[in-house]
Amino acid sequence: MQDLLYFSQQLINGLTIGSTYALIAIGYTMVYGIIGMINFAHGEIYMIGAYTALIAITGLATLGVAWLPVILIVALVCAMIVSSAMGWAVERVAYRPVRGRHRLIPLISAIGMSIFLQNYVHLAQGSRNIGFPSLIEGSFRFGSSEGFQMSLSYIQITIFVTTLICMTGLALFISRSRTGRACRAVSQDLGMANLLGIDTNRIISATFVIGAALAAVAGLLLGMYYGSVDPLFGFIAGLKAFTAAVLGGIGSIPGAMLGGLILGVGESMTSGYLSGEYKDVISFSLLILILLFKPTGLLGKPEVEKI
Amino acid sequence: MLVLEDVHTHYGKIEALHGVSVEVNKGEIVSLIGANGAGKTTLLMTVCGNPQATSGRVVLNGRDITRDPTSTIMRSGIAIVPEGRRIFSGLTVEENLHMGGFFNTKAEIRKSQEHVYELFPRLKERESQRAGTMSGGEQQMLAIGRALMSKPNMIILDEPSLGLAPLVIKQIFEIIGQLREEGITVFLVEQNAHQALNLADRGYVLETGKIRLHDTGKNLLENPDVQNAYLGG
Repeated sequence: MQDLLYFSQQLINGLTIGSTYALIAIGYTMVYGIIGMINFAHGEIYMIGAYTALIAITGLATLGVAWLPVILIVALVCAMIVSSAMGWAVERVAYRPVRGRHRLIPLISAIGMSIFLQNYVHLAQGSRNIGFPSLIEGSFRFGSSEGFQMSLSYIQITIFVTTLICMTGLALFISRSRTGRACRAVSQDLGMANLLGIDTNRIISATFVIGAALAAVAGLLLGMYYGSVDPLFGFIAGLKAFTAAVLGGIGSIPGAMLGGLILGVGESMTSGYLSGEYKDVISFSLLILILLFKPTGLLGKPEVEKI
Repeated sequence: MLVLEDVHTHYGKIEALHGVSVEVNKGEIVSLIGANGAGKTTLLMTVCGNPQATSGRVVLNGRDITRDPTSTIMRSGIAIVPEGRRIFSGLTVEENLHMGGFFNTKAEIRKSQEHVYELFPRLKERESQRAGTMSGGEQQMLAIGRALMSKPNMIILDEPSLGLAPLVIKQIFEIIGQLREEGITVFLVEQNAHQALNLADRGYVLETGKIRLHDTGKNLLENPDVQNAYLGG
């Protein structure tokens, strides 16, 4: 019984982290699906989302707003708007001018953008980590008081529910809406979509904006979960989300969701049964293994040469 | 309706079209024939603005579109059925059609869709099937249907018969004839010169980036040079 509780606890922790990885991974996978590049500045967009949420929360506190739903919604909306604007601007400034060149050029531009944004936040917000109010405290507890006690905190529930809403919204948007359909068409044949009169630049911008907005949601959630942010906040999370995207099959949205969850659970199981120090080793070993044995990822489609 | 004046087009530093002038009048079927690599597809794609002409003019309905971006040109009453069909294989048949009518209202889309299903009843049967799972002929029908969804007054077809069974080819050419009945101007590129010229009001022969001949479809069919080079003697 104790073992089962312990296992469930790790599972819950893993799914919590995993679902936020999935939120960030969507941004990598959608952009890759459409223009075939890895947006290495995406982790920074997520970090900026977390900072914006923090600034909004602090601002509301100064104004004396104390009602939690208002604080959360305002912080979320601010973070999404600022991150989306950033995502849009990064594409316009750093990627669009070099699109269509050799694959390495946008990649280098992305890394440059990532370094720039990190250092910009360093300068603007200082390099030390800043406490992030957890806002949602308390938890459900299960299990006996003498043995291991399993807890499911309210913030974890918030993370699950928010992620679920975002993913459902995204799935509906992609499968049902006019723009979503255009996104899928553009990712299959950008030139043809253009020949149908579709302004493909706008669709590309839209994917950056959507990815950035979801990353901002993750930024607020993980800020509250971890309780602090710093300018390097996006670096590791970005790498993990990228790993999740590759694991699930880069370019595939369900793949990013699955990859995020697998990675999160894998990490928390490692922390729970081995040691927390091994969790990054495990996640990046997973990346190497998947690249070696199934380069297209779990749900990715092999690239078919068109005849 | 569509006029190309002394159009030169480059791919990088290589010039693919060396001063081409072509005219397509309202309500006509005009066929462009020529060997592989003559620049037929380049000519059509220059009309669509991808790549753009390096010099000369492309005029559509009296408006100079030479420097317009592709997305603007393709919203000016012109639609293309490109070489190799290029349907969105992961989207359903219906979704492909809706992509064709992207800028129309829902009511217009419904109407055009019904019209396409009348022309190609086969597509209605496959409505919710992924387009990539269909046969080549069905995919070609879908590509034509998709082009018709925007209610164009001119349609450009690039090798619509390529790789299809004779029976399907016959059907495709029948549909092209039917488009003319509906008042749609057709600009057709074909390797299948015989059928293309038979159907066409006028024809152009393109050779290594230049127009060699230009006459009515009937005269070109009887022209000994054309017979030798493109109609198998």
